[in-house]
Amino acid sequence: MIENGSRLVLEAKGIRKVYPGTIALQDVHFKAYSGSVNALVGENGAGKSTLMKILAGIESLNAGELFLCDDNGKSEKITFNSTRDAARKGIGIVHQELNLFSDLDVAENIFMNKERTKYRNLYIDHAAQMKEARKVLKKLGQDIDPGIAVRDLRLGQQQIVEIAKTMIDEPRILIMDEPTSSLSIPEVRVLFSVMEDLKNHGVAIIYISHRLEEIKEIGDYITILRDSRLIHSGLVKDIEMVDIIEKMVGRDPKKFFSGQAHETGQELLSVKDMTLPRYGGGFTLDKVSFKVRKGEVLGIYGLMGAGRTELLESLMGGMDKAVGEIWLEDQRLDKMDMKNRLGAGIVLIPEERQREGLFLNLSVDKNLTMSSIGNYTKWFHIVKSREFESVKEMIKAISIRVAAPDISISALSGGNQQKVVIGKALLTNPKILLMDEPTRGIDVGAKSDVFEIVNSMAKRGFGIVLVSSELEEVCSMSDRILVLSKGKVTAEFDRSEANEEKIRRASEIGHGISASA
Amino acid sequence: MEKERHSMTEITDKKPVNAPSVGMILLKLRSLIAFLGVFIVFAIIAPNFLTAGNLISMAKHSAIWAILAMGMTYVIVGGGIDLSVGSVAGLCGMLAGGLIIEGLPLPLFGVIIYFHTPVIILIILVIGILLGAFNGLLVTKLGVAPFIATLGLLYMARGFALLRSGGKTFPNLVGDPALGTTGFPALGAGTILNIPMVVWIALFIGIIAAYVSKKTPFGRHVFAVGGNEDAAKLSGIRVSRVKMATYMFSGFTAALIGLILSSQLMASHPATGETYELTAIAAVVLGGTSLSGGRGSIGGSVIGALILGVLNDGLVMVGVSSFWQTVIKGLVVILAVVIDQYQLNKQNEAALKQQTVSDAE
Repeated sequence: MIENGSRLVLEAKGIRKVYPGTIALQDVHFKAYSGSVNALVGENGAGKSTLMKILAGIESLNAGELFLCDDNGKSEKITFNSTRDAARKGIGIVHQELNLFSDLDVAENIFMNKERTKYRNLYIDHAAQMKEARKVLKKLGQDIDPGIAVRDLRLGQQQIVEIAKTMIDEPRILIMDEPTSSLSIPEVRVLFSVMEDLKNHGVAIIYISHRLEEIKEIGDYITILRDSRLIHSGLVKDIEMVDIIEKMVGRDPKKFFSGQAHETGQELLSVKDMTLPRYGGGFTLDKVSFKVRKGEVLGIYGLMGAGRTELLESLMGGMDKAVGEIWLEDQRLDKMDMKNRLGAGIVLIPEERQREGLFLNLSVDKNLTMSSIGNYTKWFHIVKSREFESVKEMIKAISIRVAAPDISISALSGGNQQKVVIGKALLTNPKILLMDEPTRGIDVGAKSDVFEIVNSMAKRGFGIVLVSSELEEVCSMSDRILVLSKGKVTAEFDRSEANEEKIRRASEIGHGISASA
Repeated sequence: MEKERHSMTEITDKKPVNAPSVGMILLKLRSLIAFLGVFIVFAIIAPNFLTAGNLISMAKHSAIWAILAMGMTYVIVGGGIDLSVGSVAGLCGMLAGGLIIEGLPLPLFGVIIYFHTPVIILIILVIGILLGAFNGLLVTKLGVAPFIATLGLLYMARGFALLRSGGKTFPNLVGDPALGTTGFPALGAGTILNIPMVVWIALFIGIIAAYVSKKTPFGRHVFAVGGNEDAAKLSGIRVSRVKMATYMFSGFTAALIGLILSSQLMASHPATGETYELTAIAAVVLGGTSLSGGRGSIGGSVIGALILGVLNDGLVMVGVSSFWQTVIKGLVVILAVVIDQYQLNKQNEAALKQQTVSDAE
């Protein structure tokens, strides 16, 4: 079973997975080889994470088969019912989000639910755990004290602990789901050297990232998914970057973003010295000032922890400790509560739509009108016909795909749910639209719909503040780009002068990265 | 592609048709069916069940639980819980009894003020609302978990009820014509068109409560707050005010029940209303309201109260021991929640199917 010099260790055939309202994977084949980095790429919503979850035993599959091949080349059909099943078969996963208990120490985290015990499980042998943890961390080339609380570690170190957690099972297959998305460049280098070391020990790494440069650098095999289907699989060295992008996006990448410059009018929003102290010293936002004009899309880019989300929430009144002047035309907003700010014409489309944007207990129409219900009342009575009229118009205007307006919101796909959140915001008749990662986790079609909505809103004279962690998106959609790093504005570019390289540089200011990066 | 999408949305021009199956309809109406079921069963097996006297007595019991359950429904749909209603009812009964019998002594001026009965009723209702506001303040301003805040008031209110009379009962609340404190017993014993006052009160409050919850922005906001507080805030809903209002309404219903119970007994006893909070919660749950908030209805809770009322009287009439009655009530509540969960899953499946079909078009 030797192919291309490496040994096949895992094979998935004809995988199909259906979620409420959406098909996540359709007839997907996937192979992973030992001692190599098997990259898996695709856009948000292409099905990468779902495939990972199936391989790691987190999700069950609706159709298809999984095979594991042992050292002698014998393959065995496997089914997982839990991550423990998968771990027993030598598959470990490092999730994109950290799954750590911040008040417990490193060793306790590493041995969570696989504690080393004495006296028939009546006593946790912490000394043994500490010893083993130290050994694993050393193997990972890290000088982390296993007795320290995770809360006191830097983000990059926490990521290493996450990896150490899976390493104690000595996995033959290690899945890494966007492990670099929150790391600074030096931390990424450390991670890569750890991965190199694992490869040399014969571990098959399945690596998900949408930073394609990284994949070019450390990937051996590549699998590309698009719209829940397999598009391409082969060797990384055989494919060019542009081809990867085209296969991921399914069309000429330059045409993908419907970005365009907008005609801008008079000043709408003005923010002066927005400051938000950080819990435990320092600042999450440090004197951030900017202006937004009518019809302008202001893109805000920054790495994780730069203060993007906090900035938008401060503008909306969601951060009690935030100070700074906010003017919307001639109204001063910063002394108002959230309801009044909404009434003044500023509205936030939050990053985590299910947690902050939707009422999963209610129907689509009630979700849509929740912010604007006061507009459909006579005295204190909701006039159903007026409400229904508005709902109907909005569903049409932003093309929400819904069987009936009174269907439960939880039946909709991510993209349609996102449109409902946007629709809810638009029904308040805002002047300024704050959008926090509006395209996160939605499929390609819905994504371009969202962009279209942004463009048409800008044309109609709205001011739009668009926060995104996707450089391409920011570059193509924005008229002006503000770069945040560690709570400070580190650069401001006009559409014409912006490019990804400049923006990335500015976003890393203050992260202690040498110019060599 | 654009064209397709637009044709998709045409569906919404028609009146939304959710074409539910017969099974689904039966599931949705299960509380009503259960009520009719137990009613018919007892009508057959209990000889005197269908007499006017028994029906009226059942209606009276049910009305009391229904009124408490209405306040409780608002609190629970809004994502909270109110364990204090039984004690608040007890305390309010004692305060009312005290005002009727002893008046309000003002030692500073050396006088005792006696209020007219309607004023006493008003004062007590305001006190109930204020006690609800106390719960609300603890929950919204001080961030105390609703369970704990209202558990605290459960103890405190009961303690004050006992303190008010040193543990004794205020007997014989007929009042003194000279002081204008007469007429209090009419609240419990009075009838209009041969139907007890309590039932009319329950009907009146029920209609308003159901209307507000279904047809006003405030009602909508209660569901929003209970469903997702963060999203409610970002949608411009003043979450604290909404919660506050639900606790105040619950306090109001508790005070009203305190008044009605003392009036029916023509006496205020400090232990009045003990464990009523649990009966109210049971009625709410029987009516299909989710304890995790965001889902429920006033109508459902009223039916829940009716089921408990019928079970209570019916089981007595067929001679089931009171010990077994308690067991049966517990079983019914658990069964209701199990069916509720089943229905929710089915409903989500159906919605999903409908949406998937339309996605495929």
